[in-house]
Amino acid sequence: MTQGPKPLQTWQHLTTPQRRGRWLIYSLCLLAIVQSMRSVEIIPDFLWDAPTQMKDLFERMWPVEWAFYLTPQNTGAQTVHQALLDSLAVAFLSTALGVLLALPFALLAARNITPWLWLNGAARFVLVATRSISTLLWALFFVAMFGPGALAGTCAIAFHSIGFIGKMLSEALEEADSGSLEALSAAGAPVSSRLLYGHWPQVKPAFVAIVLFRWDINVRESAILGLVGGGGLGMALNASIDVFEWDRVALVLLVILAMVMLAEWVSTRLRQRVI
Amino acid sequence: MQTSTPFMVDVLGSIDLPPQHTMSEASLPNHVQPFRMGRAQQWGVWLILLILLWSLSRVDLSWARFVLGLEGAGKFVERMFPPVFDPRAELVKGLWETLQIAVLASAAGVVLSLPMGLLAARNLMPASVTWVARFIITLCRTFHPVIVAIVFVKAVGFGVLAGILALTVASVGFLGKLFAEAIEEVSMKQVEAVRATGASFANVLGFAIIPQVLFRFIGFIAYEVDSNLRNSTMVGIVGAGGMGGTLFAAFQRFDYDFVLGMVLCIMALIVLGEALQLLVKKVFGQ
Repeated sequence: MTQGPKPLQTWQHLTTPQRRGRWLIYSLCLLAIVQSMRSVEIIPDFLWDAPTQMKDLFERMWPVEWAFYLTPQNTGAQTVHQALLDSLAVAFLSTALGVLLALPFALLAARNITPWLWLNGAARFVLVATRSISTLLWALFFVAMFGPGALAGTCAIAFHSIGFIGKMLSEALEEADSGSLEALSAAGAPVSSRLLYGHWPQVKPAFVAIVLFRWDINVRESAILGLVGGGGLGMALNASIDVFEWDRVALVLLVILAMVMLAEWVSTRLRQRVI
Repeated sequence: MQTSTPFMVDVLGSIDLPPQHTMSEASLPNHVQPFRMGRAQQWGVWLILLILLWSLSRVDLSWARFVLGLEGAGKFVERMFPPVFDPRAELVKGLWETLQIAVLASAAGVVLSLPMGLLAARNLMPASVTWVARFIITLCRTFHPVIVAIVFVKAVGFGVLAGILALTVASVGFLGKLFAEAIEEVSMKQVEAVRATGASFANVLGFAIIPQVLFRFIGFIAYEVDSNLRNSTMVGIVGAGGMGGTLFAAFQRFDYDFVLGMVLCIMALIVLGEALQLLVKKVFGQ
């Protein structure tokens, strides 16, 4: 008695709907890229001119005008040194203010702290909305409110940071182990004690990491806010660009570079020590 | 009993035990304080407070200014409502350019970051290669996209291209780092197993590395598209195309209702992007 060969079984990594889903996404990406390529307006002459322009730019940037660091652009204006201090102050203050503003929304968005779904949703919406408005846009708003200066810059970065800090913090809060929380509520602890002795010790490392990470980003942002009047190094940058003093621009860029590098070094060291 | 003690002390002394709490310490007896901050942490908190105070002294915040600001904000908000979506052509053009910048910069960023991330992965490449790749990636990340955009506007003129190039640089800085870190965290067991079959380097990549990192890469790319979408609304302020230029212009002619209309459109775009991101993660999540 001969048994016919069994129907051939092929092993596949993915099920049919999974494969279709992937193909759909791949083709959507391709479509988006092709459509953008076809419609983008690029002037070829400008593109061919780019190397010459870059060469021209670097020639004008060299030699860097080091003296500009301590002499103001015109009498009464800030020196680059003062602008640098302003930028640092803006970065510190905006991070602190951002944490303060983000805290309530993070608590409201965390499902294991706030048991009402509609409140979670509302808090999440605030977090997405503040994040989707870029720092420069916030800066425009606050410059219109407070007038140009470091205050407007501080508020701008702080409001933009709400979304980032709030989202990360609420995720960290939700990941907290429920054991100690249940133990606390079983002992009759009020909400404040649950937060302080249940959640806080668990999210502390994450909190420090989030704040350091955001501070690092905010140092970078504080350098550009001046372009729209938010104070700091951006003001010096803008003033020099407006009059095509590229050797001064080069100096400001180098100062920004040094500041960013230093901030990254400090935040990396602190992260290693604290966590 | 007595004779064994010196021997014990000797043994214990040689292994350098940590100092033990004794009952003689006043605060400890029956009430240990597990949540107290250490000395270093206390110093840290004071230092942070000091820095914040110094920073506050630099931004000249005063009550009068705050009240004045609130008044200004009131007027501002009043003029923003109701939002206006005209001139429609300008709005659509800005949105379209923003999308173009985000899509093309992300695509170019991914294409450049894949080899960059691979070259920077310390578990696959020799040290000299990773050093160069890491330096390039760090350089791309150092400057804010807006500053990079200023340089590119000078190089290729006003318009979308400068924005695309600026955000491509930013994407390489971000994706390159994440890709390299993901590749470094790969399980080497599978790599060795594939290598043991005599596979070529390309096969090792295709069958041992990519399957392990694909899902994470997709997550990173989705995030980068999202962040490029947000940044592409900014680079326009220095003339690099997209919504930013239109926004800035509207601001300067005090067209605050049109500004609100544009901001609402940007928010809708970003929420849409986030929904797409969730969908992509679901499809690839298995």
